Amino acid sequence: MKITLDNVVKTFDTFRAVHGVSLAIGSGELVALLGPSGSGKTTILRMVAGLEYADGGTIRFGDRDATRIPVRERGVGFVFQHYALFPHMTVAGNIAFGMKVSKLRRSRAAIDARVAELLSLVKLGGLGGRFPGQISGGQRQRVALARALAVDPKVLLLDEPFGALDANVRRELRRSLRDIHDALGITTLFVTHDQEEALDLADRVVILDHGRIVQEGTPQQVCRAPSSAFVTRFLGDANRLVAEVRGGRALIAGGSIEAAGVPDGRAEIYARPADIEWAREGAGIAARVIRVMDRPESRRLVARLPGGEHVELDMTPETAVGVGDSGVVTLRRANVFALA
Amino acid sequence: MAHAPHGRPPRVGDGAAVRRALIAFVLAVGAILVLAPLVVIFAQAFRLGIPAFVANIAHPDTRHAILLTVLTALVAVPVNTVFGVAAAWAITRFDFPGKRALTVAIEIPFSISPIVAGVAYLFVYGLQGLFGPALQAAEIKILFALPGIVLASMFVTAPFVARELIPLMQAQGRDLEEAATSLGASGWRTFFSVTLPNIRWALLYGVVLCNARVMGEFGAVSVVSGNIRGQTNTLPLHVELLYHDYNTAGAFAAASILTLLALVTIVAKVLLERQGAGRVRRPALAAPLPAALSTAAALSPAEGAKP
Amino acid sequence: MRRRVLPGLPLSLGITLFYVGLIVALPIGALVFKAASLGPQDYWRIVSSGRALASYRVTIACAAAATAFNLVFGLALAWVLSRYSFPGKRFVDAIVDLPFALPTAVAGIALTTLFAANGWFGSVLAQAGILVAYTPLGIVVAMTFTSLPFVVRTVQPVLEDLDPALEEAAQSLGGSDLSIFARVILPLLAPALLAGVSLSFARSLGEFGAIIFIAGNQPFETEITALLAFIRLEEYDYQAAAAIASVLLVTAFAILAATNLLQARALRYMQRA
Repeated sequence: MKITLDNVVKTFDTFRAVHGVSLAIGSGELVALLGPSGSGKTTILRMVAGLEYADGGTIRFGDRDATRIPVRERGVGFVFQHYALFPHMTVAGNIAFGMKVSKLRRSRAAIDARVAELLSLVKLGGLGGRFPGQISGGQRQRVALARALAVDPKVLLLDEPFGALDANVRRELRRSLRDIHDALGITTLFVTHDQEEALDLADRVVILDHGRIVQEGTPQQVCRAPSSAFVTRFLGDANRLVAEVRGGRALIAGGSIEAAGVPDGRAEIYARPADIEWAREGAGIAARVIRVMDRPESRRLVARLPGGEHVELDMTPETAVGVGDSGVVTLRRANVFALA
Repeated sequence: MAHAPHGRPPRVGDGAAVRRALIAFVLAVGAILVLAPLVVIFAQAFRLGIPAFVANIAHPDTRHAILLTVLTALVAVPVNTVFGVAAAWAITRFDFPGKRALTVAIEIPFSISPIVAGVAYLFVYGLQGLFGPALQAAEIKILFALPGIVLASMFVTAPFVARELIPLMQAQGRDLEEAATSLGASGWRTFFSVTLPNIRWALLYGVVLCNARVMGEFGAVSVVSGNIRGQTNTLPLHVELLYHDYNTAGAFAAASILTLLALVTIVAKVLLERQGAGRVRRPALAAPLPAALSTAAALSPAEGAKP
Repeated sequence: MRRRVLPGLPLSLGITLFYVGLIVALPIGALVFKAASLGPQDYWRIVSSGRALASYRVTIACAAAATAFNLVFGLALAWVLSRYSFPGKRFVDAIVDLPFALPTAVAGIALTTLFAANGWFGSVLAQAGILVAYTPLGIVVAMTFTSLPFVVRTVQPVLEDLDPALEEAAQSLGGSDLSIFARVILPLLAPALLAGVSLSFARSLGEFGAIIFIAGNQPFETEITALLAFIRLEEYDYQAAAAIASVLLVTAFAILAATNLLQARALRYMQRA
């Protein structure tokens, strides 16, 4: 099922949460709505679900205008941030709920069979008789997913699906959601504030800020060509340096870097820690090491530049360097944006 | 439906018919069962005009009943308050064997008929009771006198202050007091400068409700007071006496004072609830209800529409 | 057990135990002692006399009717107060507590005046052939009034704190209003409803002040158990008073215990596996 949002607007009391968002999600796509809190991502998801009505614009499911269709008739599966499992029903009861209240009558046996099938799909076989209060957070998340899938939704919507879980469980569930999506081919939209989660999981990432889409594209597109300083910062650690752009190149001590399309004048340069090199001597910006942080996969240096700025750079674990050492840093790759 | 043009999708029961029917039902019952009694009390009290009302209130027996009622509250309420605070401190700040049994015991008077309470007191201090003969020999009068009235009132209101404080202090935990003590504050200092400021509204809330019940108690007091006109009649008992004397205007005049007290209590309750009192819900019947429900809430934390 | 850090255990526990002992336990103990001193045969004769049995019947039947009404009304009121907005809502929310704040004797004379054959409501009902004052119906009215706030006040906070996502989840799964109410909301309110019903019923069984004015107090017909105990006292038949009071006492404890059990059952899904 293809979902199309056209110039959707939502205002809460006096606070405008979503400003004219237009977005198309292809049938069978897995799309992430990524943004900091207050960026409007959850509101957009809730409007797609019909849990919130848009103040302006239209939302279409396929060719049908779904803007004012209430949630119970929209045919979406929704996984809530804290799962919203019915605490007084067993796991099986939760999963069966949608089938039991459906206008479509099913036999008890058919419901039981479907519940068993879903339990094994989310790898919870044998836990059907437990209550939500008796299982772990990760298991609850999977029950919520199975419950949403039980009504054969045309669209699957997930609100911060892994937000309340610890890192290891999160990674495991991420993979299993991707597997389930690939197996069922269901159009899926999920909300997250965790860029790693969005990049790992989604076919396409939609980045939001203050109720507007600031960039959308595949993980590769948004990572390699972030459209703004905000997107660059939001996607991961980045060093910021201020420089002068002249004739499409940003000038920094010891050289210049590509800044195609950036007008002449002051600009900001963003470089990821892994894109900065350290050398004892040679061409580059003079720097002095002020801290060394060891990590399992790298050594991170914090270096001070002559202008007083600090840069962080990731080196291989073997790099021999200590606090107080002097040397030079060079930028292997960076993104340049004009300063307003 | 009074919905804004672009408001939220309907919640369960938002249909206009259901909504109107439920509101109408609730208002109708409220008008008949709650509002009408309130109106009829004042209508009857002033039926013979304001001068008659004033004369009824100024009657020496009525004045004495008011005095006795106030006197009872002046003793019973403070004692009860001290007990409530002590009980809440002991139960929420320490672990000891039998704690749960004690919590239940404090709640008992709440579920016992006031008549049973009155009868029970008779068997402690009455002539047929445990201490009756000894008390008579020592010429100490407890029953059919102020002490008996106060004791019976204290029984029926024993849980009032404690049950406001216990859930609140339980929820607040011991951290603040432990921090204060670790900084060298004495126990009393800790209580007055750390605990009390955090529980003052709930405490006042309990005191207000306790006072209303003490001043209005009828059943238990009616057994132990002996109903001696102009001597051991509290205001509620005096209302009964006048009513049975067919002095309807007098009975309702006295009743109107108690009704005013009830209205003041309700206003105080609303004001205190605005300060947050009564919000941490008390355990109903000392059942495991609130704890269990708060666990349920923890399972699925409330989550509003986030922008 | 946690290490004791805070001071004041001996003092606070001392006060508490002394007070509970003197004010609560001693009189109840004395009552039980008095009733027990009767001997099984006399005790049984008193508590199973025709007049006593009739009083239980009247009391229980009227309390059940009042509680049933309050269950419906309390749930409706809690729902209306927590879900809808309408003019005067705050006034309704506050005035619901009147039955708790108004002395029962005052309530008794006010209700009697309203429902007597010449009263505002009584005269209208009398034309329809319905007599309220001095009939069991009057007892039901008085019990309903005095226990009116219990169900509302136990259900309202639970309803207000109910996670809206539960309802949204049920809606997204296609549930109709009725099925969501019956399958999700009502079961989650059940423990609170149970608590409210139990408090309401217990209060109605023990109520005295409001009832004696409106009931007519005819033995075998409109005489409640609490009044019978009171009458025995006035007749100086202390042993009978003790016996009948002990029946009320035991009933109160039984309701307390039953409620705890039922609540534990209703909340069994909270228990860890």
